[in-house]
Amino acid sequence: MTALAWLIPAALVLGLLGLAAFLWALNSGQFEDLDGASWRAIQDSDAPDASPAADSDVTPHDAKR
Amino acid sequence: MDKALRSNLSLAGERELASATSFNAPNLKTVTLIVENMRCGGCMSAVEKALLAAPGVQSARANLSAKRVTAQYDDDATDPEHLAFVLKDAGFNAAEAIGKSEETQANEVSDLLRRLGVAGFAAANVMLLSVSVWAGLASDMDTSAQALFHWLSALIALPAIAYAGQPFFRSAVGAIRTSRLNMDVPISLGIILASGMSLFQTMRGGDQVYFDAAIMLTFFLLVGRYLDESVRVRAKGAAENLLGLKALSATVIGPDGRTRRVPARALSPGMRVLVAAGERVPVDGRIKKGTSEIEESLITGELLPRIVHDGANVHAGTVNITSPIEVTATATDENTLIAEIARLMQAAEQGRGRYVRLADRAARIYAPAVHLLGGVTFVGWMIAGAGWETALTYAIAVLIITCPCALALAVPAVQVAATGRLFAKGVIVKAPDALERIAETDTVVFDKTGTLTIGEPKLVADRQIDTSALAQAAALAAHSRHPYAKAIVRAADARSLAPMSRGSVREVAGAGLIAETPQGEERLGSASWAGADTEAGDQNATLWYRKRTAAPIPFHFEDTLKLDARYVVNDLREAGYAVELLSGDRPHAVSLAAAASDIQEWRAGVRPDGKIRRLKELSASGRKPLMVGDGLNDAPALAAGHASLSPASAIDICQTAADAIFQGERLFPVLETVKVARAARHMSLQNFAIALGYNAVCVPLAMAGFVTPLIAALAMSASSIVVTGNALRLRTMRLALQSLGTREKHE
Repeated sequence: MTALAWLIPAALVLGLLGLAAFLWALNSGQFEDLDGASWRAIQDSDAPDASPAADSDVTPHDAKR
Repeated sequence: MDKALRSNLSLAGERELASATSFNAPNLKTVTLIVENMRCGGCMSAVEKALLAAPGVQSARANLSAKRVTAQYDDDATDPEHLAFVLKDAGFNAAEAIGKSEETQANEVSDLLRRLGVAGFAAANVMLLSVSVWAGLASDMDTSAQALFHWLSALIALPAIAYAGQPFFRSAVGAIRTSRLNMDVPISLGIILASGMSLFQTMRGGDQVYFDAAIMLTFFLLVGRYLDESVRVRAKGAAENLLGLKALSATVIGPDGRTRRVPARALSPGMRVLVAAGERVPVDGRIKKGTSEIEESLITGELLPRIVHDGANVHAGTVNITSPIEVTATATDENTLIAEIARLMQAAEQGRGRYVRLADRAARIYAPAVHLLGGVTFVGWMIAGAGWETALTYAIAVLIITCPCALALAVPAVQVAATGRLFAKGVIVKAPDALERIAETDTVVFDKTGTLTIGEPKLVADRQIDTSALAQAAALAAHSRHPYAKAIVRAADARSLAPMSRGSVREVAGAGLIAETPQGEERLGSASWAGADTEAGDQNATLWYRKRTAAPIPFHFEDTLKLDARYVVNDLREAGYAVELLSGDRPHAVSLAAAASDIQEWRAGVRPDGKIRRLKELSASGRKPLMVGDGLNDAPALAAGHASLSPASAIDICQTAADAIFQGERLFPVLETVKVARAARHMSLQNFAIALGYNAVCVPLAMAGFVTPLIAALAMSASSIVVTGNALRLRTMRLALQSLGTREKHE
C-alpha cells in the first residue's frame, strides 16, 4: 500500500505535465497550421531575416516596381 | 477608405522619407492576405520572403492550411493593396481577406480542443484507477483501497466533466428552453446522472461507480464535436477565400477630379466611379456619363451584351465592354433588381430553416425511448421489491448504457469523412446539413450559362467560313472586347491565322466595328450595321462581316458546354434523377444547349421569380430539387431549392446562398457531391443500425441488472470506435451512384 502513496501522485503529475504541455502548445498556436508546420521543419532557412531595416534599405525600388 | 485616401495623398517623396524613418515611429498595422495558389512549403517561404523584401513590412507569417499570410506592416510606408501587388509580382494570386468571422470560429475550435485535452487527461487517469479497481475485484483489493481509488476518480473526473462537458450542457439547455429535443439532451442527462450516482455510491462505499464511463463518454463526444467544427471552419475559410479573391478594386473620381483606387467594399453611395473598358463594374450604380455595352451573363444568363446610355442602371459583377463609363454608386436597396433578388432570397430561405437534421430526428424518437426504458426499469424493480436504491441504480445503468455515444458520433464522423473527401476534390461544403439535404434530392435543375456551359461564346461551323474572310474579320475583331469578337479572334488563332492589323478601327456601342481604308470600308457587327438582309438570309446569325460591297458573311456562335456536361447529365438520369434546364437566355440558345447535353425538359427566358415558381412546382409535386446555378438570377432559386450547388466562378451572392461550392472547369463535382452525399446518408444509417444493435444487446442486460461499470465502459468505447472506424471507410471507398450501379469513370 505504501507504494501507492507515491505511485498515484507520480502518475497524476506525469499526466498533468502532459496536459500542461498540450495547453502550452495550443496557446502558442502550434495547431493553427498543421499543413505548414510539416513543411517548415524541412526548410533550409526558416528564420525570417532578423533585420528588416537592412531589407527595406537595399530593395525598396525593386519591390515597389 | 480613409486610409487609402491618406496613402494616396502622400506624395512619392514623402513615402520614401516615411520608409526611411519608419523605425523611429512605425505606425504598425496587421493585415491578412489570401494567397490562392500557395500549395507547398516552397510557396510558403517564397510568399514570406517576397513580403519581407517589400518596404515597410515588419513580419510575415504564412498559414498553409488556411492559404493565408498575416503581415505586419508600417502603415506610412505601404498598404495592403500594394502588398497584394507584391505577391502578384512573385507569381501568387493574392487579395486582402475580408470578414473577421473566421477568427472567432477558429477560437471556438481551439476552445473545443482545450476541453478535449482536459477530458483526455482525465479519461486516461480515471481509466488507470478504474482498471486497478476492476483487477482488484478479481483478486485481493480491500474495500479501503477501492474507496480511495473511487474518491481519486471523483476528484479527477468531476471537475473535468464540469469543464469539458459544457458544450453539451449549453446546447441541451438551449434545446429544452425552446422545448425541443436534440442529441445533447440525453447526452447531458446521461453524463450528469452517471456522475451524480457515482458520487453518491462513492460516498456510501458502493461499487456501482461510473466515473470512467462518464468521462470517456465526454471525451469521445468531444472528439466528434471537434472534428465536425474544424471541418466546418476550414470549409468556411475556403469559401471566404474564394469571395475575397473575387473582391474588386474601383477607380474613384474625387471632387477635385483626381482618381484613386480603393477596394470596392469601401465604396459608398454617391461616389463617382470610373469603369474602364474590359473592367468589371465594382458597384451597383447609375451611368453618369458614357455609352457602352455591358455583358450581364452573371445576372441574366444571357451572353449578348446590353447597350447602356446615360442614366441606365448597371449592376456589380457585370463587365463593361466597349468604352469607359462613369458610374454614380447607388445604395443597394435603391436598385430594383438587386432589391427584388434580395427579397426573393429572403422569402425562399425561410422554408429551409425548418429542416431537421438526421441526428436530431433520431433524437426525437431516441430520447423519449431511453427515458421510458429507464423509467420502466425503475418501476419494474420497485414492483419486484428490490428497494428504491437498487432500482435507481439499475435505472441509471440503463441510461448510461443507452447514452447515445455511438449515436451522437455516428453522424458527425460520417460528415467529417464525407466533407473531407469532397474538399480534396475541390467541393467546399458550407451548410452543416447540406449533405443530408443533397442526399434526399431526386431532381437536378441546372442553369445554363456558366453552369452547364463554360460561359463564353464559340464560333460554330467556322470551317464553312473561308480563311481569308475569317482572318480579315479577326483583324477587326481584335480591336474589341466584345465576347463575340473575342470568339472570332480565338477561332482565327485556332487556325493559326495571323490577322493583318488595321490602322483605324472604330467601335460603335451596340452596333459593331468599322474600319475605313482608302479602298472602302469594312464592317463587323449586327445585321443592320453590316447591311445584311435578315429576311432573306440567315436569321439566327449573330454577327455579320461585310468587306466593301461584297455580300455580308454570317457568323454563328454558341456557348460551348462544359466538357463532361453530357456525361454527367446521363449519369444523373441513369441513377434515377430527373434533369431540367432553367435559363434566362433566349429559347434558341437554350434549346441548342439542351439538345447538346441531352436534357429533354428545358425552359428559356425564365426570370428569377419564374425559377422559384418552377422549383415550388417541383416541390409541390413531391420532388426535391437540387439547384445548380451561378448567376444573380439563380440566387433566389439556390435558396429555394431543397439543396443547392454553385460553381466557384459564380457571383458572390450565389456562393453565399449555395450549400456547397465546386471548383474547376468541369461539371463532374456535381456527380461526385451527389454520390458522396448519398453514400454518407447510407453510412449514417448503417452507423445508427450498429448503435441500435449494440443497444439491443446491452439494454436488456442493464434492465436485468447485470451491467457492471466494467461492462459499461467497454461497451461504450467499443461501439464508439466501431462507428468511427466505419465512417472513416468513406474516405477511400469507391463510390457508384447507388440506384443503378453506373460505371465509375472518373476515379
